[in-house]
Amino acid sequence: MDNVTTHGSVAPGHAHDHAHDAHDDHHTELGFWRKYVFSVDHKVIGIQYAVTGLIFLLFGFTLMMIMRWQLAYPGRPIPLIGAWLGQDRAPMGIMLPEFYNQLGAMHGTIMVFLGVVPLAVGGFGNFVMPLQIGAPDMAFPKLNMVSYWVYFLGGVTMLASFFPTGGAAQSGWTSYPPLAVIAPGQTMWLVGMIFLITSSLLGSVNFIVTIVQLRAKGLTWMRLPFFVWAQLVTAFLLLLAFPPLEAAGVLQLMDRVAGTSFFMPSGLVVSGKPMMISGNGNPLLWQHLFWFLAHPEVYVLILPAFGIISEIIANNTRKPLWGYKTLVYAVVFLGFMSFVVWAHHMFMTGMGTTMSAFFQTTTMIISIPSVIVLTALLLSLWGASIRFNVPMLFALAFLPMFAIGGLTGLPLGLAPSDIHLHDTYYVIGHFHYVVAPGTIFALFGGVYYWFPKATGRQMNAALGYIHFWTSFICINLVFMPMFIQGLGGMNRRMYDGGAQYAHNAGLLKWNIVIGMAAWTLGLCQLPFIYNFFASIKWGKPVDKNPWEATTLEWSAPSPPGHGNFLTEPVVYRGPYEYSVPGAAKDFSPQFEA
Amino acid sequence: MEIPYIVETRADTGLNNSKLGIWLFLASEVMLFGALFSTYIILRVGAPEWPHGELSVLFGTINTVILISSSVTMVMAWASLKMNEWAKHRMYLIVTILLASVFLVNKFFEYAEHVGKGELPSHDTFFAIYFTLTGLHGLHIVGGIVVMLYLLGPGAKLHKKNPEMFTNRIEATGLYWHFVDLVWIFLFPVLYLL
Repeated sequence: MDNVTTHGSVAPGHAHDHAHDAHDDHHTELGFWRKYVFSVDHKVIGIQYAVTGLIFLLFGFTLMMIMRWQLAYPGRPIPLIGAWLGQDRAPMGIMLPEFYNQLGAMHGTIMVFLGVVPLAVGGFGNFVMPLQIGAPDMAFPKLNMVSYWVYFLGGVTMLASFFPTGGAAQSGWTSYPPLAVIAPGQTMWLVGMIFLITSSLLGSVNFIVTIVQLRAKGLTWMRLPFFVWAQLVTAFLLLLAFPPLEAAGVLQLMDRVAGTSFFMPSGLVVSGKPMMISGNGNPLLWQHLFWFLAHPEVYVLILPAFGIISEIIANNTRKPLWGYKTLVYAVVFLGFMSFVVWAHHMFMTGMGTTMSAFFQTTTMIISIPSVIVLTALLLSLWGASIRFNVPMLFALAFLPMFAIGGLTGLPLGLAPSDIHLHDTYYVIGHFHYVVAPGTIFALFGGVYYWFPKATGRQMNAALGYIHFWTSFICINLVFMPMFIQGLGGMNRRMYDGGAQYAHNAGLLKWNIVIGMAAWTLGLCQLPFIYNFFASIKWGKPVDKNPWEATTLEWSAPSPPGHGNFLTEPVVYRGPYEYSVPGAAKDFSPQFEA
Repeated sequence: MEIPYIVETRADTGLNNSKLGIWLFLASEVMLFGALFSTYIILRVGAPEWPHGELSVLFGTINTVILISSSVTMVMAWASLKMNEWAKHRMYLIVTILLASVFLVNKFFEYAEHVGKGELPSHDTFFAIYFTLTGLHGLHIVGGIVVMLYLLGPGAKLHKKNPEMFTNRIEATGLYWHFVDLVWIFLFPVLYLL
């Protein structure tokens, strides 16, 4: 790769670029409400999803910052906001166990269903995917709008569920019965989930149809950017895995509202009183239905992240992705396999060794495509002259962070070692490494990468570097100690951080470290928040293709007008033709003949 | 740029957008009812005893005949559109809506009888799954009726503007309707006969 030259992170504009949108003039001007609120434009909807998702991420993280106080300093009044939480949540600022449980359940629910997925799929998928395939919009624009607003309703329902007497759901984001059927707050959680599931279903149909039907001329399947492949597989997972959870949600709702016993066993005694129910239900059934969604959901969280960092890595290594076809086959296989691994979350339920043997085998198999993806992306760096701009730093950090998250999952996927690790902080550390410094870092990288396309302006790089390095250090200080605590046997979901058990005595100090790191991590997001809003107004203006990238979205104006492209895009080559020998420049865009 | 393949077929996929969309939607519906039927199997296999003969086979049979007939009239509504027989199309669509409504009325009488006898969803696992499955299926029937009423009323204007697109909508509605019918064909033996 001798002929690779390094470039500054922003290329000077091409003199002949028509960035101004003369294109929009012949459309009738829409009013404010139709243009920015009830818009059917995939780009506006994508930004709505992304901003709402970012706000929910911050909110969900705030819940955790409050919980971390109770874990670090059990029984001490919460500073700053403690007095505002109210008598039924935190009398005298001291958190009640019920409120702790609400925060835990809602942190998980909000981060997964209202934060990461809407940002990764609703936000990036909606904004980037139609541009990358050269489509004027999604196949069903009105459906797209409905799907955002149904998601919004689901979000409002979840937030509102904190306020009625009894508070929000408090049975964990997994909502295992019988507890979830008895505990207060769960009904609104279920209603909220039904909204969110409906939104996902509408979105996934729209995504698949768009990718299958609206690819530009010349954009064959093996010329699709990897991001689009990742979104396609994700959409299939949402389409086929969510309905069983919808069914389970309906059944749990029946258990709560109509007094059925789908998940309620006979002879249940609650608070010393036998429950007056017909019984004969099966609590394990919920777990099967729940994890049949929730394991594919893990891949819904990670696949768009794979897609985002593949784009960033190819662009900033100025090289083709290593093994593009292998990557594609790996994610498709990953999609299929993700439907047959769910019960590895249930090794401890007594479902039997035959079942455990089956599911630990499939779990080991599914680790193969994940490793293939990671290896291919790692090898893509080999011999490259890398541009270390902000999105690339997030993408590079993703690789080791996801590797730690993935590899620590193997002992959990094997039934014998899971017996020791199940339900400890080790599990928390494991999946947070996948989702937080993994997926969320990829999402941050994506925000920095596509921000110029969405706004026509570059985000500030200096603030970006501060955001990256401080977040990177803090987030590792948050999650790395959890492996130590978990291996030491500290259980999750402990209101006092585990102080009541003698074997945790040596591990409690880590709660203070984690707490400090988590609150600092909160502060580290301030440069990003400021940068995000300030750059919309004052960021450096850019042309169509500031990163000198090859995929189709960079042939549209920044920001693209209604209908996206000035002329119908035609695709001439594969997605990552960087540094083609003999070419005049080090990138050969798909849209240039 | 306009969104392509709304009406016309894309050459390499052989589909238009709405046909692919409705098939994908039905795939998710299969997963929804698949999960519920699996629930039924697991609960029944695990139950110490399972009630028999709680439901009226006569009512169930009548409703099965009604739904199958409505599927036939739905196809006829689409076929008459294809053959440019507008009046016939309207007639068949109305008959489909009427048959669907009769199905719901029958269902209402069945529900009323069970509720009258105190056989509510909380009575036992059988009635829990019976009401849940047939209730969700009933909601799908209601959804179908709403869509067909729309295509009979305000939605029919599209026929003048873009007959091919209107025909596609009727076809998609038909595919959905056959699916709802198919679910019942599983529900009937599972709940009434076995």
